[in-house]
Amino acid sequence: MSVVTTPNGFKLDRSGKRVVVDPVTRIEGHMRCEVNIDDDNIIRNAVSSGTMWRGLEVILKGRDPRDAWAFTQRICGVCTGTHALTSVRCVEDALGIDIPENANSIRNVMQLCLQVHDHLVHFYHLHALDWVNPVTALKADPKATSELQKAVSPRHPKSSPGYFRDIQNRLLKFVESGQLGPFKNGYWENPAYLLPPEANLMATTHYLEALDFQTRIMKIRTIYGGKDPHPNWMVGGVPCSLNVDEVGAVGAINMERLNFINSIIDRTIDFIDNVYMPDLLAIARFYKGWLYGGGLSGQSVLAYGDIPEHANDYSAKNLLMPTGAIVDGNLKEVHEVDLRDPNEIQEFVPHSWYKYADETKGMHPWDGVTEPNYELGSATKGTRTHIEEIDESGKYSWIKAPRWKGHAMEVGPLARYVVGYAKGHEAITEQINMVLKTLDVPVSALFSTLGRTAARGLEASWCAHLMRHFQDKVIASLKAGDSSTANITQWDPKTWPKEVRGVGFTEAPRGALAHWIKIKDTKIDLYQCIVPTTWNGSPRDNEGNIGAFEASLMNTKVERANEPVEILRTIHSFDPCLACSTHVMSEDGEELATVKVR
Amino acid sequence: MRETFYEVLRKQGVSRRSFLKFCSLTAAALGMGPAMAPRMARALETKPRTPVLWLHGLECTCCTEAFIRSAHPLAKDVILSMISLDYNDTIMAAAGHEAEAIVEEIVRDYPGEYILACEGNPPLNEDGMYCIIGGKPYLDQLRFAASNCKAIISWGSCASWGCVQAARPNPTQAVPIHKVIRDKPIIKVPGCPPIPEVMTAVVTYLATFDRLPELDRQGRPKMFYSQRIHDKCYRRPHFDAGQFVEEWDDDGARKGYCLYKMGCKGPTTYNACSTVRWNGGMSFPIQSGHGCIGCSEDGFWDNGSFYDRLTNIHQFGIEENADDVGLAAAGVVGAAVAAHAGISAIKRMTDKGGE
Repeated sequence: MSVVTTPNGFKLDRSGKRVVVDPVTRIEGHMRCEVNIDDDNIIRNAVSSGTMWRGLEVILKGRDPRDAWAFTQRICGVCTGTHALTSVRCVEDALGIDIPENANSIRNVMQLCLQVHDHLVHFYHLHALDWVNPVTALKADPKATSELQKAVSPRHPKSSPGYFRDIQNRLLKFVESGQLGPFKNGYWENPAYLLPPEANLMATTHYLEALDFQTRIMKIRTIYGGKDPHPNWMVGGVPCSLNVDEVGAVGAINMERLNFINSIIDRTIDFIDNVYMPDLLAIARFYKGWLYGGGLSGQSVLAYGDIPEHANDYSAKNLLMPTGAIVDGNLKEVHEVDLRDPNEIQEFVPHSWYKYADETKGMHPWDGVTEPNYELGSATKGTRTHIEEIDESGKYSWIKAPRWKGHAMEVGPLARYVVGYAKGHEAITEQINMVLKTLDVPVSALFSTLGRTAARGLEASWCAHLMRHFQDKVIASLKAGDSSTANITQWDPKTWPKEVRGVGFTEAPRGALAHWIKIKDTKIDLYQCIVPTTWNGSPRDNEGNIGAFEASLMNTKVERANEPVEILRTIHSFDPCLACSTHVMSEDGEELATVKVR
Repeated sequence: MRETFYEVLRKQGVSRRSFLKFCSLTAAALGMGPAMAPRMARALETKPRTPVLWLHGLECTCCTEAFIRSAHPLAKDVILSMISLDYNDTIMAAAGHEAEAIVEEIVRDYPGEYILACEGNPPLNEDGMYCIIGGKPYLDQLRFAASNCKAIISWGSCASWGCVQAARPNPTQAVPIHKVIRDKPIIKVPGCPPIPEVMTAVVTYLATFDRLPELDRQGRPKMFYSQRIHDKCYRRPHFDAGQFVEEWDDDGARKGYCLYKMGCKGPTTYNACSTVRWNGGMSFPIQSGHGCIGCSEDGFWDNGSFYDRLTNIHQFGIEENADDVGLAAAGVVGAAVAAHAGISAIKRMTDKGGE
């Protein structure tokens, strides 16, 4: 079969052996991946398919815009809260509501807290098993492991040979029980695992330590938001009131609560910098020759930016997390992104299970329509309810294909760090240079699976320290006598204009996230989300451009075709969130309610 | 080779002393008092670890995220020592065929012995293809996995009631587990998500006593869902004293007054948030200044805005539970009852004939 070159420069050849991975596990939601490998086990074609759809935006139509945060928050329970924050910003933008400075600081603490938690859990519990082999940890020498631990992270107290021996014994007995639980049926004999036993024991130990520690991090959000996952938010500010002086302080956010948050921030910074970062660098040393997976990261990346230093200013100069778009690999030019411009961000559906009147065209979210249309390409192997092999020339995913000025883009920590590096963002540049120097690799190494994983770790550290900054701002503000947390002047819908529209954005852990809203007669008339995994997991578009997941798999060598650990490794490096990506909006939600019960 | 929970712990280097301490802490967490600790210890010493298949349908993974946030017991200890979590696609190492093979193996090798834990729910529209696992409808996987199970845990409001994707107009026709699996005992643990420590407590209960916890008429464990949040809310005295938050961040908000006028659904929500609280007892929504949105109640998305005030609250004793309210509703259907504080629960029961 002939080789097809995509407009974004990838040579696709689907003549080789087809390998199917479904379900792709250790992600949020459901996805499928198919690749063709040639005689040398090199991936020559890649297809990623989002395999779930819930229709949340249809459900939002006609509801109270002040409730939208709770609905959209349920788009994802892993990046919990980031949709809610995007939603309240979106409604505030539409209605022209300014929030108090304290509310901005508290929201930033919550958002940064999520970034740190999400990145940590992703690294250890979703991604680590692509690099770390817990079974060979049983062969490690505890004494040598202790020496390794002290060398890579002298400040982490849990480093004695006895400590590692205990963990190893616990693992040994667990394996000997024959009930491997979550580790069952892993590819533990695969030569793609490169760590020596001691590094495996150290990392597996930290898998367990991190699983314990992560329960603490989110207590910050539980204090400010009442629970986690899915804390509470509010249009116009934050629902938690601050009271450190007066009668009734014990019923609000008081000194004891603020102290608690302070102590967790300190411990979080400590864990990230003395466990996560050293592990990341230690593991990277053994894999720095495995630089597959760059995909779109070296050519087309997108970031909206986030973490406003001051309240209500979402311009580039006020956002601490960088914003901009890079295309065609030209790092010298970072373009501005306008979420309101109908010609910049558009979604396409020729390969998605939706129907447009004219599928050669894309639609901006404010003009978007979505009508589900589940149909398979004519060359699909299997049946309508038992897909064996996808036909990617037809429709093949519940994810739409968003494009920025026609370009398929990668979003996420690496995209943010590439944009930051290109713009000379001081902290990001310093971090990246440190890693490149430590690992003794060139800048080009950044554009890889490993680069994506490294950027996430660096960002976790940056976010943890920034959390301290905003918590200090809350304290400073209280010291100056400002304890305001909500602006209620436009809380009552009677104060709202008849028709308005707005857009809100954040940088979710997985990348650029935006919501678009139209409010009419105080109710939601239209709601649309384009989320990080819609960008990264997008199928082909009308021009044939492949998306970021697909691009990243191209030309990767797999050790064993039937044990696709390399595919998992690269897909996981994006931290996919499928419940997020498979959204929909329709002007005519009612039509979708036709019920056909099996 | 099957081992008991205790044997596994011992092998993993946990001392008997620590084990007994764990038992008394867990017994306390379950609200069972110190006398139950030895019974729990005996049960854990003699019982094999139960395999658990944890499936995901249409969902947002908040239930798994909540589960791993449990402070006591820690998720690590549940996963390594208490149950055998053989399938949970969010954390399992295996993928693709190897992952699906695990479901087949457990269904085949542990008939009537394994627990099926369901997070999310199946869509019925489009032949079930709004949620595809292994190229097939999730509903197929669910039915197969349920075929030999001992019991089902319906995690969260998706599996228990339908939750957000089943909110009007429910475009995918998502339905709760009990609508498609009718021949197995089902424990509903609703909430969006459920309280982390409630999730691990339910698992611990099953592992310890080898029986289902006592359930109310709606299938929820009575130990956690028999009282309304309002009944045990620490702000309740302000409600009784008529001290309310009137506007966000007003003087009342700063003093921790009652959030009823801000739309709090605590008076109609059956859950343990105001007692167990969240994330190791750290806080719960009302304590952090926002009203309860009623996320553990059936159809809570479609009961008006979260900021609409509940109307016509009529006081009744805290000793009454969801069963009593339901029975009263079934007996005296009428305006007087509809005006009762349990308005949403009653409406549901009467609408659906008290299923």
